[in-house]
Amino acid sequence: MNFAFSDEQDMLRTSARELMQKRYPPERVAAIADGEGFDRSEWAAIAELGWTGISIPEEEGGAGLGFLEEMVLAEELGRALYPGPFLSSIVLALPVLAEANAWGLVNSLVGGERIATLAWAGPDGRFDVDPAPKLGWDDGGLSAEKLFVPDLGIADLLVVVGSHAGGPGVWTIERENPGIAWRELPTVDSTRRLGELLLESAPATMLDAPPAGFLERARDRALAALAAEAVGVASRALELGIEYATGRQQFGKPIGTFQAVSHSLAQGFVEVETARSLAYWAGWAVAESAPEAPTASAAAKARAAEAAISVCERVVQAHGGIGFTWDHPLHRYYKRALQIAAMMGWGAEQRTRVAAELLD
Amino acid sequence: MDFRDTPEEADFRQQVREWLGANLPEGWGTPEWHEPDSLEETVAFHKDWSNELYEAGLVGLAWPKQYGGREAPLTHQAIVLEELSRSEAPDHIGLIGIGMAGPTILAHGTEEQKDRFLKKILTGEEVWCQGFSEPNAGSDLASLQTKAVPVGDGFVVSGQKVWSSFAHIADWCILLARTDGSGSKHEGITYFLMDMHAPGVEVRPLRQITGDSEFNEIFMDGVRIPADRILGQIGRGWQVAITTLMNERANVGFALLARTEVNFRRLVALAKKTARNGSRAADDPIVRDKLADLWADVQAFRFTVYRAFSAFLKTGVPGPEGSVAKLFWSEMAQRLTKTALEIEGAFAMLAPGSERAVEDGRWQKLQLRSRGNTIEAGTSEILRNIIAERVLGLPKSAR
Repeated sequence: MNFAFSDEQDMLRTSARELMQKRYPPERVAAIADGEGFDRSEWAAIAELGWTGISIPEEEGGAGLGFLEEMVLAEELGRALYPGPFLSSIVLALPVLAEANAWGLVNSLVGGERIATLAWAGPDGRFDVDPAPKLGWDDGGLSAEKLFVPDLGIADLLVVVGSHAGGPGVWTIERENPGIAWRELPTVDSTRRLGELLLESAPATMLDAPPAGFLERARDRALAALAAEAVGVASRALELGIEYATGRQQFGKPIGTFQAVSHSLAQGFVEVETARSLAYWAGWAVAESAPEAPTASAAAKARAAEAAISVCERVVQAHGGIGFTWDHPLHRYYKRALQIAAMMGWGAEQRTRVAAELLD
Repeated sequence: MDFRDTPEEADFRQQVREWLGANLPEGWGTPEWHEPDSLEETVAFHKDWSNELYEAGLVGLAWPKQYGGREAPLTHQAIVLEELSRSEAPDHIGLIGIGMAGPTILAHGTEEQKDRFLKKILTGEEVWCQGFSEPNAGSDLASLQTKAVPVGDGFVVSGQKVWSSFAHIADWCILLARTDGSGSKHEGITYFLMDMHAPGVEVRPLRQITGDSEFNEIFMDGVRIPADRILGQIGRGWQVAITTLMNERANVGFALLARTEVNFRRLVALAKKTARNGSRAADDPIVRDKLADLWADVQAFRFTVYRAFSAFLKTGVPGPEGSVAKLFWSEMAQRLTKTALEIEGAFAMLAPGSERAVEDGRWQKLQLRSRGNTIEAGTSEILRNIIAERVLGLPKSAR
């Protein structure tokens, strides 16, 4: 039994945190979020660090580390509200390409030349796995309506998953190909933008059929990474609350001396730390392909997203009026927490899978 | 990070399971089992069992060999606690001695005190209780008023203690008393090891919300305590008491975890067997959501205990993580038992002893008992103070 990160994993965390503090301080994130969005030229810096291939084997050009390292990055990037395509290209698209043996494409993503995203949910917004959202496929043309495609505006390679008459499949399309209509959707959280994709007999390449269960694995992986991200968001938001409660004075003393304030933050800490425990367990289970990976990642995503929302709400409340303004950075943490909760199923939906495992 | 046992740990766990399988008292855990009729027989039964555990090498794993311990890895200690709770084995009679008095004596005791007391805690020969809280000193423990006056080479103690588990069967008591009232309230407290059989000690049981009597009041009227039964320095007892309180919250994690898992499994079984609207309670979407959420609670608690344990392995001192685990566990236990009552429906109104009560009313009793969980060993409010000030670094709250 050993429940701690290794020294190497701790070093990765430190360097990720330092880089994010240097390159993506809150005012920079605010400018990106309120402006044109992420500039894809900045992605090269992430690729140079090897983070774009963090859990891809060395012989395929990756860093040869594991999913736990990817979780460390997800948490740190969440902490910084990093506005780049880590979730879309690295967490979601890359493993699906790897399962489909598309190593040439994997290489181009790892090298940072290309950015990919995964088009999964259909018009009902659900990221279903069995069956996957339906799409049409004939004579090399793909027809589908895909919603909530992350970072669609900066991705050049679209990895599409869905099911057709022949079962589940994976296709790739260049975003600028004919037969494709796409647009970004206005989103509550503008640090991670989501798009809508309309394919009408779009020329696409069908990849080798991945092994059975690939969408379940993609889901578990994404849920674990989202949980880690939520833990990062919650941790940073809680720190902002502690700083404010320590410095802000009312009635002649710091508001953190009032238990109505300090106990709310202490309870927030309990929520973050227990969610962190679940997230790390889920990350380990996914990394080891352990049988508990589906329930662990479901519970972790549900609980971490709920913790992040709760902590942000506590901290907004502790800030009073200033926490309610657009100028203060807090609202961006809150909105990211809300996006994580809504993405790939709210807590209650995650719990239906846990309940089925427990009770049926 | 690896959440599995190493082969060596798995091997040890298997040995513990086999020993428990072969040695649990006959009939233990079955509905036919009843505690012996008299207190004397009950105490004798638990002392015998404690000694069997000791002889089997399942007690004091982390303590030095010199004092009867095993000097085994801390992971073995955790495995034993888990397996004992999972098998719902009878408790060792020395819970206070092993969890609180022993570690404090190890940290602050003289050689004579360690030799005199430690091994007898492990074998179950001597039972300990705790004399900390008083009627007017609960959360504000340092305001305690029990007085110790120097007489000859020792002290004479008078006062009243309360909420003392095991006091009615205890041989010794870790006792806080005021030896000097001139300084601040944290100064002038001395930590004593009091003989419960000494003249002037009187114990009265208290009846709890459940109807059971687990804890007692202790009245002390001119009790003589010799100088060699002071733990640490005179007037510096508060610092010694902190060791006791940190151990109280740090050591319970693994045992509470296994016990919670047993209760959760029983809750799931209850939901599956309870009929509702022509189907099972376990098919009701609201029950399903609650049980899945509780499952997440139990797992979150498990890995929080594990993480606290890893931190403990690194530093060797119980950290404030224990406060997080205890706070979370106590509220989870309250949600869990209340959910059982909701699943029982109207049958939750029946008391133990009713033939129509579900599982002989065990959930009613557990639910009432769980209200104590957020009070004992540091109220939730005190734990939030500790987290706010010692973990988050917030300024000290007004008190």
